[in-house]
Amino acid sequence: MNEYTYPILLGLIVGTATRIYMLRTDYRQYPTYLHGKIIHIALGFIAAGLGSVAIPSIMEEDFTAITFLTVAASQFREVRNMERNTLTELDSFEMVPRGRTYIEGIAIAFESRNYLVMFTALVSTLAYLVFNLWVAIIVATIAIILSKIMMSGGKLSDIVDIEYVEPHFEDAGLYVDNIYIMNIGLPERQKEVLKYGMGFILKPKNFNVRTTIANLGQRQAILHDVSTAMGVFRDSGTPALVPLAKRDLDDGRVAVFILPQERNIKRAIDVIGEVPTLENAIKMPSEVHAES
Amino acid sequence: MDIEKFILAIITTNPAKVPSGTSVFHCENKEEMEVIATNLEAILDGIAHLLTEEIYVIVKH
Repeated sequence: MNEYTYPILLGLIVGTATRIYMLRTDYRQYPTYLHGKIIHIALGFIAAGLGSVAIPSIMEEDFTAITFLTVAASQFREVRNMERNTLTELDSFEMVPRGRTYIEGIAIAFESRNYLVMFTALVSTLAYLVFNLWVAIIVATIAIILSKIMMSGGKLSDIVDIEYVEPHFEDAGLYVDNIYIMNIGLPERQKEVLKYGMGFILKPKNFNVRTTIANLGQRQAILHDVSTAMGVFRDSGTPALVPLAKRDLDDGRVAVFILPQERNIKRAIDVIGEVPTLENAIKMPSEVHAES
Repeated sequence: MDIEKFILAIITTNPAKVPSGTSVFHCENKEEMEVIATNLEAILDGIAHLLTEEIYVIVKH
């Protein structure tokens, strides 16, 4: 035991707690498995350890110890690869796949959470060493809240208006509002589609949003999340029954056509609204300062 | 290799209008056409699209 034991212990506890706090299982069902959780908690513990020893080593004038942080960085990049590979492998077996963009978003989130854990552990150890335990606890709480804010990205309901529209057929063409979805030839399939299908129009609230919801990855994420939450009326070998999202070229609206097992309009609108806006899909055309 | 966007079969009541080089099923009437299209859709794992009232194409997507 020395003067650093308690500060490091505090950093470890706070850091691991942050990781557990950020590891929620929600309707997106990832990670569901106990072993997946253990991997992430263990890595969170390592991150917390690295974060909390950084300050004591500087105080001991052992500056080279900081290079350990670079080891941590490459370690957590590996986490991102691991998540990406696992999810990509599993994606082909999903009824409605997540899509590459969504997977990349999830993988990035898993990596960055470890950095937030390191940061939380580092500042709480620092506060303990410079001030005292009580200040450290306050700082840790602020850091956890900050991590929480940083981890929660935008939602679709912030950027689009969602409206229910009954899908209809014009000859063999399936339409949601005036947006063409696909050609379904067989009268039998058409009946199924009209019976189970639901259409939603996403109206962008501003110009930047048009590009975001036009992104194919973002659209796939919407379809995946809705199908996960509401069920999907399809099976392998029925390619005609596929949820699709198509775009109106004139005004950038996106029509989402889904085949849920549970026909509940309000819930569907809520689920679509809760879909995260993928960081990779966000574009800012209005930020371009082009010479005219 | 996965085949994508490919016409797997054509079902028609008017053989004069469809291209050669693809499997074509000649049918007597619309009902027969629908039955064959339904079966082929399931067998070939493609989607039956209606081009005109006389022609169904089964396309792999």
